[in-house]
Amino acid sequence: MNHALFISTVVAYALSFSLYLFFLNTGKVLSGRLGTLLLATGLVTHYFVLLERSRGLHTVPYHDLYGSMSLFGWLLALTYLSLEFYHRQRSVGALVLPFILVFFLAAHLAPADKLSPPDAHGPTFAFHVALSILAYSAFALSFVLSVIFLGEERLLRSHKLGDIVWRLPPLELLERMSRSSVLVGLVSITIGTAFGFLWVDRLSDKYSFYDPKYAITLLVLLLYAVYFRLARATAWRGARASKLCVFNFVVVFFSFTVVNLYLSHSHRYF
Amino acid sequence: MEIVLVGLNHRTAPVEVRERVSFTAEQARRAAEQLRTRGILEETLVLSTCNRSEVYGVPPESAHECAPGLSTFLSEFHAVRPDVLGESLYHHYDRQAVRHLFRVSAGLDSMMLGEAEILGQVREAYRFAHQQGATGPVLNRLFQGALEVGKRVRSETELGARPMSVASAGVKLAERIFGKLSERSALVLGAGTISEQVLSQLRDRGIAHLYVMNRSRDRANGLAKQYTGEVLGWGEWENALQLPDVIVSSVATEELVLRREIVEQAMDGRGNRALFLMDLGLPRNIDASVGKLYNVYVYNIDDLSDIVEQNRHARENEIPKAEVIVEEHVGKFLSWQASVELVGLVNALRSKMREERAQFIRSRVESIRHLTEEDRAYVEKLMDEMLESLLLEPAQRLRGEKDLRRKIQNVEALRDLFLSNREKP
Repeated sequence: MNHALFISTVVAYALSFSLYLFFLNTGKVLSGRLGTLLLATGLVTHYFVLLERSRGLHTVPYHDLYGSMSLFGWLLALTYLSLEFYHRQRSVGALVLPFILVFFLAAHLAPADKLSPPDAHGPTFAFHVALSILAYSAFALSFVLSVIFLGEERLLRSHKLGDIVWRLPPLELLERMSRSSVLVGLVSITIGTAFGFLWVDRLSDKYSFYDPKYAITLLVLLLYAVYFRLARATAWRGARASKLCVFNFVVVFFSFTVVNLYLSHSHRYF
Repeated sequence: MEIVLVGLNHRTAPVEVRERVSFTAEQARRAAEQLRTRGILEETLVLSTCNRSEVYGVPPESAHECAPGLSTFLSEFHAVRPDVLGESLYHHYDRQAVRHLFRVSAGLDSMMLGEAEILGQVREAYRFAHQQGATGPVLNRLFQGALEVGKRVRSETELGARPMSVASAGVKLAERIFGKLSERSALVLGAGTISEQVLSQLRDRGIAHLYVMNRSRDRANGLAKQYTGEVLGWGEWENALQLPDVIVSSVATEELVLRREIVEQAMDGRGNRALFLMDLGLPRNIDASVGKLYNVYVYNIDDLSDIVEQNRHARENEIPKAEVIVEEHVGKFLSWQASVELVGLVNALRSKMREERAQFIRSRVESIRHLTEEDRAYVEKLMDEMLESLLLEPAQRLRGEKDLRRKIQNVEALRDLFLSNREKP
């Protein structure tokens, strides 16, 4: 591994986190902009870390736990940065960066796997995995945004504003950001799952069609579609929709951990 | 190059005095012109706001000697007895005057700590005086410094960041829920002073639609016209409550204006879109249990007053940071002022030494008969070189070393030591 690239990525993400935190505390625009710039820098160096490792091992990044976690962190950063540009809102950066940093570092600390050639391969499979991980990272982002929404909403309702409420994004913007994130996740998981079923068809002699991962993925898709519908224009908009979003991510987490590690035989790390 | 300031503000003078000494733009122009033509000040600037009237100037002689004349001028200009003004006027000179102006533009001397308007008023007063040709190098530098201080304090501290009135706190809270208000609508119940303040705040924040509802339709019409809003008939709750995102109630009544059932029905009709209610009435106009409804946020006058009080403390905590910025710029200005004065002093000293040298040559060297014309010219040249080398290093150091300029506190004393009154620049 190229240590310089690894250290550059950690430093860029850590500095970006500090600057976003400073921006959240002081509201200084320059520190927010620098935070964004460093996040973009971290994103580029992180990409090269993934690329270099894939070239070195002659495999795709998601083939082992290290690669999956690192790719998850990278896609989380990419999704967040896109949302930041789209909604022109930096206050959430300080709360998302720790997750990106943790995933990047945890991937590095993960035990090495014995790599075996994957059963599935090629562009269709690559799209299936990359889009699935993108969907999970977008859902993770919507989870963070929903938690912030619920915290801020609670403070506003209890009239205990403190300093923090004046720094956080408005409630409706948090809702919109969360919906945007879920939309990215929904589109990605739908296309990704479709690609996955194409591979299932090709490997039908090796795998069961009744892999629990299929069922839970469809459940996740359904739950987020319900959230997307409810959060837009019904009596559920606001805190209820955010609670549903938090619940949905618990299901995603369950799918990513328990189902992947103990129940599924064709999905290990994505 | 001394600076004098004579003025009064909300701390030193009651409103009855302040209103008599305030300047319109035309009065400010005339006053500045008269002060210069009468020779009281060489440069002058009048800063007049609702809370202060101040005249800044650069006198031709000593600032301390000029101040009484300036007070008399103000008294005559506004036809106010000197004894009335005398108790209210303050006089500041040089460092104190500079610090005072910088604190004013930072919002540290305002009635409402950290208010934003004062910086615009200082900018406008400077622009006006500069256009009239009333300012010169000293006041130009001073006011440019003041504007920089104002900007830095606002961007680097939180002195002006938080709302300080119940109306603005309420509107800022609405923005915490909805974001920008440019696509939102508000309904104001009642047409009293507080309602007007909130309407003004909402208009300033770019609210898209304003509705006014009042028992007296005439008063509602007046307010709606003033703030380009729409009048709704009193009691038409079913329609009225479905429209706005923000409702402000400030009605003088013993009975509740908005009961839970009415708001509950309205929320059903609105599809549970968030609703922010400001209850500014005493006794309260909105049923307290309304705050328990889903997606409804209710703040009464005490809640908003608490926020204002918290914000006041938060602003007060920022004072030390703002004072540091003020002191930094006071130091910068005084250093610049000292450099200009010291360079002037060195130039005056050089002129004096050249005169002394010419006199010395005339009286002493010319009496030495064995010297040829060439020798005399050579001696003159050597003396010139010696004088230049004596003055070159101090002049260069004064230009380059800030600390040295700071150490030389009293340029006047140096002038008195080396130059006679006639030779002072």
